[in-house]
Amino acid sequence: MSAGLALQRGFSHSLGSPKEIFEGKCVIGHGTLCLNRESLLIFLIVVVLSVLLIVATSRAQLVPRGLQNIVESTYEFLRRDIVLGVMGPEGEKYGPYLVSLFLFAFLASALEVVPLLQFPTTSRMAIPAMLAMISWGIYNWAGIRAHGFFGYLRAIMFPPGVPKVLYVIVTPIEFAAAVILRPLTLAIRLFANFFAGHLLLLVFVIGTAYVLQNGATIAFAPIALAASVAIIGLEIFIAAVQAYVFALLTAAYVRLASAEEH
Amino acid sequence: MLGFLATIVGALAAGVSGSVSMIGYGLSAIGPGIGIGIMVGKTVEGQARQPELAARLQTTMILGIAFTDVLALIGFVGLFIAK
Repeated sequence: MSAGLALQRGFSHSLGSPKEIFEGKCVIGHGTLCLNRESLLIFLIVVVLSVLLIVATSRAQLVPRGLQNIVESTYEFLRRDIVLGVMGPEGEKYGPYLVSLFLFAFLASALEVVPLLQFPTTSRMAIPAMLAMISWGIYNWAGIRAHGFFGYLRAIMFPPGVPKVLYVIVTPIEFAAAVILRPLTLAIRLFANFFAGHLLLLVFVIGTAYVLQNGATIAFAPIALAASVAIIGLEIFIAAVQAYVFALLTAAYVRLASAEEH
Repeated sequence: MLGFLATIVGALAAGVSGSVSMIGYGLSAIGPGIGIGIMVGKTVEGQARQPELAARLQTTMILGIAFTDVLALIGFVGLFIAK
């Protein structure tokens, strides 16, 4: 019972002031130039991913086994589905970026279930916004390279096959969709999925702790615990799906931007 | 019938106590729920008709679900912005 009371002292004050949950605290430095929890986790992800990939492909053997096999099969799956499937043979030059995007987004989101670091870095808008801006830059650059600057603007704003009268309505919508809405929805999709998922996981886990304190409701504890475990599995699955969809949509936007109109 | 409608309109005019943004989130979750249900149903139907295309259909379904999920999630994020 005293353990339950200690639990209550531990988290109840932050439940009373929810702003504390959403504002990051600087771990190193202060003011504008601070490293908070999200930045440190990002550095950790980059280091882990780099070490993993470099170790897997150093002294590469013709018949891969072990770690090299895992990395190669992941790369092959992404290359087949996203790069070649969406963009065809001329998409090979976007292959490394898309695979890095997938691996980074997947690890950044799956960090939610790693036992001591349970915080998905994609659940604060900075990381999804940055990834969306980089993807925006890449697909616009691909379009400008294919058509020239004014040719690209003409290709976005005046889709062929529309009667000339409707261009008054279609042009602003198409321009806003290509330039503003696409990166916005990419960022919001990634951010909101993990914001909601993290809150959901917190609700069930804290709910288990809360239910264990009161003798009357202790019968619900196994249900809450089972739900927490199920939601951990769901979060890993959603991390993989959202990272895959982000990379797939970036590839689709690159293809749409650089497609030759006939 | 008219009395029922009058009761509802009267309740709305009297003002809603509690969280209005929660009502907004609930309403915004109706559309994506119906949309995702229709989409998954059509995918299952297509997979039953042509089992050799099952993997391709599943990929398209996941892409479509990601598109419609955004709308419900924007509502969820808006819930926290509006509060």
